[in-house]
Amino acid sequence: MKDDVLWQMAFAFFFTAIISVGGISTMIPEIHRQIVETRGWMTNEQFATAFAISQVAPGPNILMMTMMGWRIAGWAGLIVATLATVIPTSIIALVAGRAEERIEHARWYAMTKRALPPLVVGLICASALITAQAAITDWLGVVLAAGVAVFMATTRSNPLVPLSVAVVIGIVAARYGYF
Amino acid sequence: MSEDHTPPKVSHFELFTGFLMVGLFGFGGIAAAIYHVVVERKKWLTARDYAAVLGLGQVLPGANLVNITAVIGDRFGGLWGAVLSLLGLILAPVLILVALTTLYDQFATNPDVIAGTKAAAAGAAGLIFGTGYKLGKTILDNRWSLVFATLSFVSIGLLRWPLLGTLAVLAPIAVAFSFWRGRHEG
Repeated sequence: MKDDVLWQMAFAFFFTAIISVGGISTMIPEIHRQIVETRGWMTNEQFATAFAISQVAPGPNILMMTMMGWRIAGWAGLIVATLATVIPTSIIALVAGRAEERIEHARWYAMTKRALPPLVVGLICASALITAQAAITDWLGVVLAAGVAVFMATTRSNPLVPLSVAVVIGIVAARYGYF
Repeated sequence: MSEDHTPPKVSHFELFTGFLMVGLFGFGGIAAAIYHVVVERKKWLTARDYAAVLGLGQVLPGANLVNITAVIGDRFGGLWGAVLSLLGLILAPVLILVALTTLYDQFATNPDVIAGTKAAAAGAAGLIFGTGYKLGKTILDNRWSLVFATLSFVSIGLLRWPLLGTLAVLAPIAVAFSFWRGRHEG
């Protein structure tokens, strides 16, 4: 039974990574669809918490996937989720990297480079919406999310700065019964 | 400054420790850390070479910066260079994440921790909104790019359609469209 989950997980994470363009934040909608909506391996709240913790730790945002795997199936899940996300796409990158000179001068490459970014912007905004729906349960959550968003949009600061401020505000607000 | 830059010799060990540094410096994502280590500190790549690798990583599937790590590792150390670079990048952060989560679980019933986590989760959503806005401001410079961004947002974010179907339809249209525009604009 457990092996079954691991295989399904391996496929879900592999599938999500291999069809995503534009990086980790565009993987959120699909991995959320797979592990929360379709398979019910996590609740919305667990998803939001796992995502939040992975954002606070140092390292690549790929840790979000590692974290989900760990929450679903322990150490085996951690390894399976990480490898399934990293290995297949890295192999593609490695092959493409060796052909970089040829690819760079190909016409389709220039066109693809121009065509994909708008789609990626849409995907990132969709990720933001899905994460917000999973994480926000009251008005203070809305205020904190909006505050962090505005801060990120208008400064070049490290994301950990507004995130830490939000955490402090959340704790203080909760102590006074507002959260 | 001239862009003459003889590619340095980089050992497997240096690749591993270099990307270990990237992982550990990379609080809040590694985009800045990877540039700092690879271009500024170690001078493995020039800024221009890095931009080319980054551009490639962005059109490939998967995590951009992980892709870039594999490409850089391979360029200097072949297949094993790529493997060791990737290991260096994720090993320490994964262990820190596990430690952090274990600590979190110990105190998961503490009201301060509950409130702090809720706030961090809400803030993390805001983080993605902010990133999307910033990116959108530089990328969505004409009506058509706005149309494509809106279509992908509506399909994934509002209708919750699967990513595969959405991209299978929108990506070829977007590429074909950019061909067509390229031809009309000369």
